[in-house]
Amino acid sequence: MDRLDQLESQSIFIFREAFNRIENIAMLWSLGKDSNVMIWLARKAFFGHVPFPVMHVDTGKKFPEMYDFRDRYAAEWGLNFIREECPPLEMTDETLPPAARSAARKTEGLKLAIKKHGFNALFAGIRRDEEATRAKERVFSPRGQTGQWDFKDQPPEFWDQFKTDFPPGTHIRIHPLLHWTEVDIWLYTLREQIPTIPLYFAKDGKRYRSLGDKDITFPVASTASTIEEIIEELRTTKISERSGRAMDHESEDAFERLRADGYL
Amino acid sequence: MSEASEAKVRLAAVNPNPASARDLLRIVIVGHVDHGKSTLVGRMFHDTGSLPDGKYESIKAMCERRGVPFEWAFLMDALQAERDQGITIDTSQIWFKTDARDYTIIDAPGHKEFLKNMITGAAQSDAALLIIDAAEGVREQSRRHGYLLHLLGIRQVAVAVNKMDLINYEKDQFDLIEQEYRDYLTSIGVTPTFVIPVSARQGDNIVNQTNAMPWYKGPTVVKALDSFVPTASPVDRPLRFPVQDVYKFDHRRIIAGRIEEGSLKVGDTLLFSPSNKSARVQSIEYWSTVPGKKPPTEASAGESIGITLDEQIFVERGELASHVEHPPIETDVFRARIFWLGHEPMVKGKSYRIKLGTLEAPVTVQSIESIIDTSDLSNTSSHQVERNQVAEIVLRARRMLALDEFISAPKSGRFVLIDKYDIAGGGIISMEGYADQRDLITARSTNITRVEHGIDAAARAFRNGHKGGVLWFTGLSGAGKSTLAVALEKKLFEKGYNVYVLDGDNVRHGLNANLSFSPEDRAENIRRVGEVAALFGRAGMIAITSFISPYRSDRDRAREAGGGNFHEIHVKADVATCEARDPKGLYKKARAGEIKDFTGISAPYEEPDNPELVIDTAAVQLDECVERLVNYVETKFKV
Repeated sequence: MDRLDQLESQSIFIFREAFNRIENIAMLWSLGKDSNVMIWLARKAFFGHVPFPVMHVDTGKKFPEMYDFRDRYAAEWGLNFIREECPPLEMTDETLPPAARSAARKTEGLKLAIKKHGFNALFAGIRRDEEATRAKERVFSPRGQTGQWDFKDQPPEFWDQFKTDFPPGTHIRIHPLLHWTEVDIWLYTLREQIPTIPLYFAKDGKRYRSLGDKDITFPVASTASTIEEIIEELRTTKISERSGRAMDHESEDAFERLRADGYL
Repeated sequence: MSEASEAKVRLAAVNPNPASARDLLRIVIVGHVDHGKSTLVGRMFHDTGSLPDGKYESIKAMCERRGVPFEWAFLMDALQAERDQGITIDTSQIWFKTDARDYTIIDAPGHKEFLKNMITGAAQSDAALLIIDAAEGVREQSRRHGYLLHLLGIRQVAVAVNKMDLINYEKDQFDLIEQEYRDYLTSIGVTPTFVIPVSARQGDNIVNQTNAMPWYKGPTVVKALDSFVPTASPVDRPLRFPVQDVYKFDHRRIIAGRIEEGSLKVGDTLLFSPSNKSARVQSIEYWSTVPGKKPPTEASAGESIGITLDEQIFVERGELASHVEHPPIETDVFRARIFWLGHEPMVKGKSYRIKLGTLEAPVTVQSIESIIDTSDLSNTSSHQVERNQVAEIVLRARRMLALDEFISAPKSGRFVLIDKYDIAGGGIISMEGYADQRDLITARSTNITRVEHGIDAAARAFRNGHKGGVLWFTGLSGAGKSTLAVALEKKLFEKGYNVYVLDGDNVRHGLNANLSFSPEDRAENIRRVGEVAALFGRAGMIAITSFISPYRSDRDRAREAGGGNFHEIHVKADVATCEARDPKGLYKKARAGEIKDFTGISAPYEEPDNPELVIDTAAVQLDECVERLVNYVETKFKV
């Protein structure tokens, strides 16, 4: 088994644990490179089926290429697809910096969607190497009644034994890609020939490394126009993946506050 | 590291194919709080040029904002609370690479309060770097972390003696610390690969060999890490394939799971334990979008797979598949060394849920043998295990579990315990003193049909004037079982009862002459006696058995064999009383070490939970004891 086989096997194991232990589960699809890999891994885990709903919590501000991608592959991959909308900006914490506040809309949208569908758990495609508070996450990460993350007292998690027992009302985030890195995602996308949104490839000296809302996401300087070139670029770059995501950088703890409140 | 393996690592490093994944090694950094773990990680990143652009500046700004000197800990302490209090709360991960390979660095908190987070981090690693402050020396968590690494199964350990600049890079002081810590690790069975004197703050021996310590000839920290090897998948061992789920999305009934050890192929016969059903692998299922790609015909350790079987046997999550020739152990009782993380202490007699691979079952803490002080490895006894303590315990399940000893198959020899909703501890299994019960419960005969007797139990009882049944005496050697049994037999015989004593030494002369004193043979000894006593009982007689029969599982099995009229009689006397009597001189020999595994001295006696009768021979005279037994028989065996 090479490194990609190992990553794949671990993710499949996580999917199967969650699917067996937790009722009423759904997957979040942000349309980005990570969540596409996540859907792919679910199909591997369940032999071509994705046996739970796949939900896009839509801010309405994604790039057109992302919506095209969504509509095409929701059908082509035979997904049980759900689209939910985010509430207006006024419903979010006004003490947050502007871009973070925009991102907080998604948190609110997420909470409403969870309530509406009665989901006990969500698969989310976050990775430890994306951002420092995500590096501290658990694979099975419990959230409180209002979605908050108690990062000061997380459950122990070892020997692939996850916390799968919860008092009623607890919500669980499950992270099948937590152990993957950005390069791993691209190596796997290449190996498996997973469809990709063209915004990731360089056009006029710029490309998107991470995709979010179009008003708070910016491209980075790059000439990488194929997956191979992206992999090459990532192996030498010293720019962090989320440098083009405005909400991470407005204040020292902006992202931590978003995550504590339930952001992904 | 040998020259050959070094060459191999180099080759991997210059692999020209950009689309292939590099080798990855996961390293956990552990040690006592404030011994400089985070500073060492920061230094490693800085000196290998692995910091993202702007990271150094942003850390500097965070420190200035708080009015503190530059602090590398802020590289990994992502949480505001961690930075404000200057303490690592939770484990974190960060990535860097050397020429040799990619690394995941796992930072684990050194504060005792966050031991559960330290374990969460350490359990994911292939190797460990343990940091000791040269000025403070070996401290409580230095030892505890070393101990836990071993318990978690991490065998590659390097030690960095940090802050050498604070002791003027003196060799003598380093040597003392090295000796002390090596002695400790050796005593728990760990051999540290390297002990490296470093100064993380000054950058000595982290990435670069500086001039500070010319007396040190070993590798730098990074070189030491490069010499470690990723944990190999145990493909060459007996198959262990825990069933994770059974899917029926379409016409296929797919048994899904991850192979933990060994390998399997299409056509192999699999044995599922503890249900002990078997069937052959018909196919290995696989989803792929690549046209024409054939499904695999074999799979091995580490792979998450799905199989179909040639027969529709009922198999569910929790079963452990193996090949027939190398099955796991089956038992309902085992020994474990555990670390406890629960908010509430672990209490003797209390029930928890065990998660063993994919299996979940209730277990009870039968005994807490000892609490282990990880500082000096001394043992104390207690009726409970506090948070963050390590202990030796015995766990009992209500049904058979399929498992392995940790030493022979780590993945199926370890478990976690759940208290209410939380993972409250982890442990590794040993069967020392306990028998594999697989042979005792496996029926090997097939095509057998019971013959109905023409005479029923009531008719026999009417003829004999009393019912048939079993009086099962259990108790320590010297408790008075044989004396009582023989006296009772005589009294009952005189009263007209059909009664016969089955005694330990006697049956070992004949029926059980081929059995040794190993745990498995002892269990088989009791199983046969249980069956024979049951036959006596069914024949209408009263069988009195006189065996130590120290294990509850064995006695329960005898009870099951005995049918309705089985009476467990605890012939009770404490070890001191029995030892003072010592009719056969056995205690003396056991104390002298001449007899191994002697019940009550060096092997357990599991007292009966709910015996029908307790006869306390330490408090009550022999005549009185026999009197009570006769009265008991007269009421219970009356027609």
